[in-house]
Amino acid sequence: MSSPRLRPAGAGIASPRSAGTKSTSFLSPEAGVTPSRPADLEATLRAARASGRKLLVPYVTGGLRDDWVALLIAVADGGADAVEVGLPFSDPMMDGPTIQEASYRSLERGTTPASVLSELRGLDVGVPLVVMTYANLVLRAGTKRFASELVGAGFSGAIVPDLPLEESEEWERDAATQGLQTVLLAAPVTPDERLSRICERSHGFVYGVNLMGVTGERQSLAASSAVLAKRLKATTDKPVVMGFGISGPEQAVAAAEYADGVVVASALMRAAMAGAPPEEVGERVAAIRAALDRGQP
Amino acid sequence: MTAQERTETGAKRDPKRAGAAGVAGEPHVGRAAQLMGEPDERGRFGSFGGRYVPEALVPACQDLERAFRSAWADPAFKERYRSILADYAGRPSPLTECHNLSKHLGVRVLLKREDLNHTGSHKINNVVGQGLLTLEMGKSRLIAETGAGQHGVATATAAALFGLECVVYMGEVDMARQELNVFRMRLLGAEVRAVRSGSRTLKDAVNEALRDWVASVSSTHYCVGSVMGPHPFPWMVREFQAVIGEEARDQCERLLGGAPDFVVACVGGGSNAAGTFSGFVGTGARLVGVEAAGGAALGPKGVPGVLHGMRSFLLQDEFGQILEAESISAGLDYPGIGPEHAHLAEVGRARYESAADAEVLEALQLLSRTEGIIPALEPAHALAWLVRATASGEVPAGSTVLLTMSGRGDKDAQHVMMLLGLRSK
Repeated sequence: MSSPRLRPAGAGIASPRSAGTKSTSFLSPEAGVTPSRPADLEATLRAARASGRKLLVPYVTGGLRDDWVALLIAVADGGADAVEVGLPFSDPMMDGPTIQEASYRSLERGTTPASVLSELRGLDVGVPLVVMTYANLVLRAGTKRFASELVGAGFSGAIVPDLPLEESEEWERDAATQGLQTVLLAAPVTPDERLSRICERSHGFVYGVNLMGVTGERQSLAASSAVLAKRLKATTDKPVVMGFGISGPEQAVAAAEYADGVVVASALMRAAMAGAPPEEVGERVAAIRAALDRGQP
Repeated sequence: MTAQERTETGAKRDPKRAGAAGVAGEPHVGRAAQLMGEPDERGRFGSFGGRYVPEALVPACQDLERAFRSAWADPAFKERYRSILADYAGRPSPLTECHNLSKHLGVRVLLKREDLNHTGSHKINNVVGQGLLTLEMGKSRLIAETGAGQHGVATATAAALFGLECVVYMGEVDMARQELNVFRMRLLGAEVRAVRSGSRTLKDAVNEALRDWVASVSSTHYCVGSVMGPHPFPWMVREFQAVIGEEARDQCERLLGGAPDFVVACVGGGSNAAGTFSGFVGTGARLVGVEAAGGAALGPKGVPGVLHGMRSFLLQDEFGQILEAESISAGLDYPGIGPEHAHLAEVGRARYESAADAEVLEALQLLSRTEGIIPALEPAHALAWLVRATASGEVPAGSTVLLTMSGRGDKDAQHVMMLLGLRSK
């Protein structure tokens, strides 16, 4: 069994609550729904790591297409340990062409943070959800309200790449108050002193950026990946997950060699934008899962 | 609605003007001395500014801040910067008293002639500073964003002068609007990369330049064109443009025996305005920044937010998606504004008005005919506000007004010809 996860009866793929969910205000969560406490991201990842497994965190752009919730469920079922959900922003400066295009398409469909959260509310994909978005969406809503809305929609963690250490304290505090874990990013150029502080303040996992550049597939894994992974592992016992430029099983296995796991995003979104049905995108995740479990592509 | 009425209604509902005691734009004795100095240790002017960049760019911003601090405190660096501005760019730029326009408007109009600088705008001041700093940091490549093309041309010029490789990002829409500047950049040896994402204008060019910088930061300096972006850019670019205000202050002193009553400049990101205002912030002059009506971040539609590494006022929707600015001027087509301007507005030391496309075209023709000076579309916005404010009495008859003529109109001639041709049909 490659995916030893327990899921509450009735939740998950059998009963996605996306279809027909009443649109709710971003301000006021839907009355009558009492969300259960989202899973503890870091505890979940630590437990998976302790079981000897490499962590796999696929990414899905929220609202990418009509059946995006089915995509989310499919990548979770493909053997994910957590799933990143992108809340699309008009100006995604950390993202390469693929995620830019995915964000653009999603926004063109009328996606808003409210629409994504309302489609997720009450859904359980069996693994923790981590939001990935940009600072302006967080600050526009207000840090407290944004954190509370995210938790209400079932999120366990958040990644906001344009809130570096010096700018993220207020967000980290308000998120933590709501029980939401803020994942911080470390880059190949991050000096040791900052790396320690990033590891200290990051919760859920520490996100190691494989290369100096934006998100997107690359021919091969950057040499900077292993160097950063080793530095992070020498600094923290929190789960270390590497991302950026991981396009398939080969790079995933290589990036996970010195780290605890990997994020895969653009490769999946490219397939999704080319019209691949959810099962097919899920199979891509499963192929990476299998390679990680084998320890070779 | 007159400008006066707009200001009054704005003062009631607009938190941006809430900090102002008395009339917005009036000097505040005592506070003025602290304004337009160094930002705080987090790179903030009041609550605006900061360094909202991905971790990968934090060390580069820190290195740049250190390099700038050290260079700017070094008399040899400053001397080199000033001598290049003098011998290469043609500074000091003149202060021109506009006798005909003054008679027409009933106020005494003085133009600070940045349009006479080498490359045709104030942008050269900034790129000479950042070009020299690039050499100090041992980097070999410059990248830049450009809207109207003025900053792109200036950066390409500095790159040629200093022997640096140069890539300029420019929105596809702007490339069509500013064909001549695209050619000039290429002639100067720069590569112009078309930006096809988003609205394909200035904000998208900034995104693309930032994406380049994340991947190239070890060899590349991002030569930001305005008082925007992450700390230290808003501060550093203002310092490199402060030469406008310093000269103008001295020139006004000689001509008027003191500061003018009003100091007016157009604002996109706001670099010529910041440079000009910094020379007068400690005087009794009223400071007025004029945005394009379709891109007025400090207008009724602007809300504080984070974009391009800074916290400032931005045009955005209720969820925080950035809205596209719309203006006939590619140089003002930006949904944000430099953070220091947001601060000056908040404390009430400067006020920010806007001008609409039609009155801008009128103002452009007015200056051309009365003074023989064809302004760029950007400073024509400042002029358009002045025309309106003199008519309404907001700028009382007999006032002295300094207006920064930030660039010359050659680059816009073809575009303006088309716009006027369309209107006459």
